[in-house]
Amino acid sequence: MKIRIKFAKYGTLKFIGHLDVMRFFQKAIRRAGIDIKYSEGFSPHQIMSFAAPLGVGMESMGEYLDIEVNSITSVEDMKTALNETMVDGIDVLSVKILPDSSKNAMASVAAAAYTISYKEGNFPIDDIQQKLADFYAKESIVVTKKTKKSTMDMDLKPGIFELKMDKPLNIPSDIDSDGDKQITPVIYILVDASSSGNIKPSMVLDAFCAYCNVELEPYSCQITRLETYTRIIDAQGEEKLVPLEEAGHE
Amino acid sequence: MKRKLALSDEILMQVEKPARYIGNEVNSVMKNKEDVDIRFCMCFPDIYEIGMSHLGIQILYSMFNSWDDVWCERVYSPWVDLDKIMRDKGIALFALESQEPVKNMDFLGITIQYEMCYTNILQILDLSQIPLYAKDRSENDTIVIGGGPCSYNPEPIADFFDLFYIGEGETQYRLLLDTYNENKRNGGTRREFLEKAAQIPGIYVPLFYEEEYKPDGTVKGRKKLYDKAPDTVLKEIVMDVSDTHYPLKPIVPFIQVTQDRLVLEIQRGCIRGCRFCQAGQLYRPVRERDVDVLKKYAVEMLNNTGYDEVSLSSLSSSDYSKLNELLEFLIGYCNSRYINISLPSLRIDAFSLDVMGKVQDVKKSSLTFAPEAGSQRLRDVINKGLTEEVILDGAALAFKGGWTRVKLYFMLGLPTETEEDILGIGDLSNKIAAVFFDTVPKEKRVNGKVQIVTSTSFFIPKPFTPFQWARMCTKEEFIEKAYQTKKGIMSQLNQKSIKYNWHEADVSVLEGILARGDRKLAKVILTAYKRGCLFDSWSECFHNDVWLSCFEDCGIDMDFYTTRERNEDEIFPWDFIDCGVTKEFLLKEWKKAMNGETSPNCKSQCQGCGANRFGGGVCFER
Repeated sequence: MKIRIKFAKYGTLKFIGHLDVMRFFQKAIRRAGIDIKYSEGFSPHQIMSFAAPLGVGMESMGEYLDIEVNSITSVEDMKTALNETMVDGIDVLSVKILPDSSKNAMASVAAAAYTISYKEGNFPIDDIQQKLADFYAKESIVVTKKTKKSTMDMDLKPGIFELKMDKPLNIPSDIDSDGDKQITPVIYILVDASSSGNIKPSMVLDAFCAYCNVELEPYSCQITRLETYTRIIDAQGEEKLVPLEEAGHE
Repeated sequence: MKRKLALSDEILMQVEKPARYIGNEVNSVMKNKEDVDIRFCMCFPDIYEIGMSHLGIQILYSMFNSWDDVWCERVYSPWVDLDKIMRDKGIALFALESQEPVKNMDFLGITIQYEMCYTNILQILDLSQIPLYAKDRSENDTIVIGGGPCSYNPEPIADFFDLFYIGEGETQYRLLLDTYNENKRNGGTRREFLEKAAQIPGIYVPLFYEEEYKPDGTVKGRKKLYDKAPDTVLKEIVMDVSDTHYPLKPIVPFIQVTQDRLVLEIQRGCIRGCRFCQAGQLYRPVRERDVDVLKKYAVEMLNNTGYDEVSLSSLSSSDYSKLNELLEFLIGYCNSRYINISLPSLRIDAFSLDVMGKVQDVKKSSLTFAPEAGSQRLRDVINKGLTEEVILDGAALAFKGGWTRVKLYFMLGLPTETEEDILGIGDLSNKIAAVFFDTVPKEKRVNGKVQIVTSTSFFIPKPFTPFQWARMCTKEEFIEKAYQTKKGIMSQLNQKSIKYNWHEADVSVLEGILARGDRKLAKVILTAYKRGCLFDSWSECFHNDVWLSCFEDCGIDMDFYTTRERNEDEIFPWDFIDCGVTKEFLLKEWKKAMNGETSPNCKSQCQGCGANRFGGGVCFER
């Protein structure tokens, strides 16, 4: 039976890299006593796959991993058992049963939404709302992408599905140690996150800053992934982005 | 809610493996600092990945935190990248749990596992902004306490510590902390606390003594600066290891550490009495942990950690009397749960090969033998009760079972060693290869070959061993011996099947100096630290030339500590510490060694080492 787990990763956990998060979940699943399936062979491993690796330094409210299990009592039980073994900064948000036919988490990913906030308060960019709208209205947003061998020009525009200023969302990751909520506006961005067309939000931010002629200090912004989406065709025959968790049921 | 970290995002994003500095691991303990009387910071002076692999800290961390009035936290050496940033920005070293400066704690406890970490101890103190010399600390400074094997000769670093706890931590810490609390409540001074602490068994307060020297530089005696300070300090020891604290919820790191698995300590001590081995003398007598207790611990700890691997920890694990029963239980329990068992190095026989075949991939794993010396004569000198016959029979059995890889460990520079002994290393390696070709018919040879990996380290005489009187070789002698070994191996018929590795000589010489050093060395260590020496146990960080210049500039003769012959009646800097084993016994063993006489192990016949005064363990079993 295929299971999809949605989790949040924030606070100090943003410094834990993808492979270590995987190792963390392998142990957490053992601690929680989940009847996970193992692969065949001399060194069997848990059958587990992650949707989209999150870079070190980023936070997320919408991470996904799929596992296969031999049996479960209920998804509610599994969610409770997992949350009992989590640490501060990782919360299991939902556990869903996937249809056997569903694609794995990584192959399902079509898009991801992020917020970008300026850690010190308001972005040091005048009239940011208008500038962002003008920037997004451009026909193309060409950036130069450096690879190991060469540099390549790339148009970000087709992969940016939405870009706007937004009110702070006050998700757990925005609440600081004194319990203060963030009050300054953030940049909201919805981009292509598929394996072929993945766009890093930092690339868009850099292009926007260049457009505004502003140079931000390194690490002065916090990027938070809000949700990871898959593309479905709805009852009306229209393409539509829905959160990965909606592929499953309780 | 976010925990406030001591380091900014900007710093953490710049350094290698920021997870070393953020705490928050599974089973780490958070308390409210207002609710505790004592804050204790436990330190392993090396990087996180090494420090987190150490069982002792897990035991003490768990024990301290089981007490409501104590909050125990951890700190490890910041790696050189963060070290530089902290110095540039004046950031105080912090504990992982609260992320608060170490200097805010009542105690800083440093475990001292090897001599080459001494400059790292100074780094910890320095970055914590605690005065380096104990004598310079004032009323509100953190009390710095040392422990671990190197505290059995604490003199080279004695000036930097307020206290040393000699022996196993489970027994006297409660009394020490109660004494501290009481002194604080009564408005007592730091000095008054140290005076009271000096009365607690196992506690050594270096400030209360002065080392005095003869004109030739050897120790004349110790002058007491506080009349009630004891003359000798007897090590502390837990007699019932089945009924003592064990960390059933050990901390599980996020990042991969050196020992990334569950550790079950099956016994303490060793019956063998190898004459070069310090641990074999320090931890006497042998005390086994009850096998049913271990089974229960294994299950509970696996549930509490989620580890997918468990390992057994002890000296000479094959001597644990219930090893068979324990391994059979673990194999049964772990196999169905996809948990691996990592075996300690076992004596190679039918039983161990059977177990190894069950828990590892025979094709991928290798066998380990530690003959330590190349000839039977020299093995008798060091009292290593392993004969060529046993090794060759074990190898034959293993080759029949499908193993094709053998690791051999030897030491160079042992007392009385001759060229013949050194050539014996190549001989023995060759004979093992020959056994393979004799045992395994051509058509059954996987890849057609056998791989023998022969490694040598350099012998370093250590305090509290029969070889504490021994002369240590010079760097040049060591290198010559390694060269002879290599030549000996190259001349063998099966040399193509033998790979030879040897250890660095420079660092061994320095380790030898620090191991048998006295208080005069403190200034050399401090000078080396000030000149940038740090992480000396990491070959990429070790600067021998800097150390050499420090000895020279401090006017300290290195040969005095290494190549000098020591008389039988010499007073050693560590003689005031009593590890249970008597100096008379060690001297008797030293003389037997010189005559090539062996001594039986503790289980076959008591040798009267003195450890029976603790009233338990193997000494009283029948």
